[in-house]
Amino acid sequence: MTQEAEIREIASQHAGMDGALLPILQAVHERFGYLPPPTTGAVADVLNLSKADVHGVVTFYHDFRTKAAGKHTIRVCRSEACQAVGAEQLAGHARKRLGIGFHETTPDGRYSLDPVYCLGNCACSPAVMIDDKVYGRVTPERFDELVD
Amino acid sequence: MNSSTSRRRIYVPGDTGARSLGADDVAAALVNVTAVADNGYEIERNGTRGLYWLDPLLEVETASDRVAFGPITPADLDTLLTPDGKPNTQHPRHLGNVEDLDALKRQNRLTFERLGRTRPASLDDYRNNGGYAGLGKALAQSPQDVVETVKQSGLRGRGGAAFPTGIKWQTVLDAEGNQKYIVCNADEGDSGTFADRLVMECDPFALIEGMTIAGFATGASKGFIYIRSEYPQAISTMAQAIETATEAGYLGDDVLGSGTSFHIEIRKGAGAYICGEETSLLESLEGKRGTIRFRPPLPAIKGLFGQPTVVNNVISLATVPIILREGAEFYRDFGVGNSRGTLTVQLAGNAARGGLYEVDFGMTLGEVLNDLGGGTLSGRPIKAVQAGGPLGALIPPQHFDTPLDYEAMQTVGGMLGHGGIVVFDDTTDLGALARFSLEFCAIESCGKCTPCRIGAVRGTEVIDRIRAGENADANRILLDDLCDTMIDGSLCGLGGMAPLPVKSVLKHFPEEL
Repeated sequence: MTQEAEIREIASQHAGMDGALLPILQAVHERFGYLPPPTTGAVADVLNLSKADVHGVVTFYHDFRTKAAGKHTIRVCRSEACQAVGAEQLAGHARKRLGIGFHETTPDGRYSLDPVYCLGNCACSPAVMIDDKVYGRVTPERFDELVD
Repeated sequence: MNSSTSRRRIYVPGDTGARSLGADDVAAALVNVTAVADNGYEIERNGTRGLYWLDPLLEVETASDRVAFGPITPADLDTLLTPDGKPNTQHPRHLGNVEDLDALKRQNRLTFERLGRTRPASLDDYRNNGGYAGLGKALAQSPQDVVETVKQSGLRGRGGAAFPTGIKWQTVLDAEGNQKYIVCNADEGDSGTFADRLVMECDPFALIEGMTIAGFATGASKGFIYIRSEYPQAISTMAQAIETATEAGYLGDDVLGSGTSFHIEIRKGAGAYICGEETSLLESLEGKRGTIRFRPPLPAIKGLFGQPTVVNNVISLATVPIILREGAEFYRDFGVGNSRGTLTVQLAGNAARGGLYEVDFGMTLGEVLNDLGGGTLSGRPIKAVQAGGPLGALIPPQHFDTPLDYEAMQTVGGMLGHGGIVVFDDTTDLGALARFSLEFCAIESCGKCTPCRIGAVRGTEVIDRIRAGENADANRILLDDLCDTMIDGSLCGLGGMAPLPVKSVLKHFPEEL
C-alpha cells in the first residue's frame, strides 16, 4: 500500500468521530513517527476540508513533526519548577552531550532532542522524558547513563 | 504461609512520579527477595501518597496497618523484612505506620482521600473506600437538587479561575440544547502542578464518578476528557478505568439502571499550552487550531459544537463525589471566607519536601513552605515563590504570611490558580525568570489577539535591553506600560497574566532585572 493510501485508510477509519481531525493526525503520526508529505492533501480530501484548514492545524500543535524524528525522542523540561533546580544547566549539558540543539536529531538518527514545558513531575525536578518514560531528579551524570 | 488465611501485600507506588524515581526497579527487585517470596507476600502497585521526597515509598501490609519504608532503592530490600516475614522496624528507611506520618496527619485529604491507599485500576478498592456512594445519592435526587448541593458546598473551579462550579452547572442545566456535554479539562500544562495527573493515575474512578454526577445534574449524556499528550500514563489509566466502569454498569446507556445515559471519551492533546484555556480546548476538541474564542457566548450556553457545555478541571470534578456523599455542609465547613473546602497544594521546584499537600483554605503560604515543605531542597533561603503556574506573580518572603485563600492572594498581587507553588532559592536569577514568562508566552500564544502575540515578543526584547543597560530607566517605564497593555487588552489569561511575573519582579526585585 502506498503511504498516501495508508493515510487515507487511517483517516477513513476515524472520519466518523466528532472533531476527527486531531485524532486522525495523531494516528498518522503514531504510524509513521511524523506526518509524511501526502498527509495534508489526503486528510483534507477524506474530511472534505480545505488543505489550508489541515495545514493550519498541523502547524499549530507542537507535537506534530513534518520530518522523521530520531529513533528515540528526548524531551528536557524547561519549565519553572525544573529551572528552580538546574534545568537550564541540564538542558545545556544535554545539547553538548548529544552534540545537537533543540528540535534537532543526532546524525546517527538515534536521538531527537526537544524542549518540553512541564511533564507534571514538578516535585521530582529536573525531569526528562525519553519516549514515554519520565525520569526525575536528573543530574548531568544520570543523563549520560540514560543515553549511553 | 497460606495466603487465603492471611493475605499479605507489599505496595509499591506506580504513578509517573514514583516511577521516575525508580519504583519499577524496586518492584522488579522485590520479586527476588527471599523473605518476600517465602512469606507469601503479593506485590501490588498503589498510587503514590504524594510525599515525593519519600518516594519510592514502600508499604508492607500488616494485620492492622501498613508499615512505610522510604525512599527505597533495590539495595535496601534485603533487610526490609525480618526472617519471619515481619516489617523490619530496625531498617534505616523504616518510617512507621504510613497513616501516622506527620506529613499526612497535617493534611486534610478529601479530594485525595484514597491517594496511595488503593490500587488505581481496582473498582473494588474504589468502592470499598467510599467510591460511588456519591453517585448513588445523586441518582436518588433530582438534577436540580444535585446542582443545589454543589452550589451550597461553595466549590469553586480548581483549574485556576475559581468560578463557582454549581453556578456553571445551573447555567447548563437551564440552557436548551439537543446534546449537552461535560468536558473535563485535563490539559494540566502549568509548571508546578501535578494534582490532575495524580487523580488520573492514582484514583481514576473519582474523575469518572464526578463527571457522571455532572452529566446527570445538567442533562449531559456525553463527556470528553481532554488529556495532554505529555501524560501517557494518565491516558492509559483513565482509558482502562472507563472500560472497567462501563463493564460494571457505571457508564453507558443506563447508568446503574437509573435510565440516565452517560458516556466518556478520552481525547489527547497535541502539545499546545493554550489548550488549557477552556475555549481553546473546545476548538481543539472540535479538531481545529486551538485559538481562543470570544466570550460571550459562554461555553455553558454555546460550548462544544455550539451546545451547552460544562468545562471543569479534573480536581473540581473529582471533588464532587465526596460532596454528594457527605453533603454540602460537610465540605463547606472547611476553609475560610469565600474559599471553602480544601486546596490541593502542589509544592514543587526547590522544596525540601515537595509533593501534594491537601490542606484547608486559610493556611498561610509560609506554613506550607516552611512547616510542611521544610524550606528549600538546597538548604539556602527562599528568595521567592511562584504560585498559580507560570503566569503567577513571584511572591517575596514578606508576603509569606498571606493565607491561601483566592481573595487574600489577590491582595498581594498573587493568585492561587491551580494550587501549584514553585520554590526558588536565593541563587535564582529572577530577571531571567521574568524574561522567561514572556518568552514562554510568545512560544505558546495562539496568535489571535495582538497584545499577546506581539507584546510577548516585544517584552522579551525590552527586558534584554534593560539587562544590557540600554536606556534602562526609560525601558523600565516602557516595559511596565507594555505589561499593562497586555493585561488589559489580551483576550484570555495567557496574554493577560504572563506579564504578572514581570510586574512582580519590577515591584519587589527591581535590581534583578
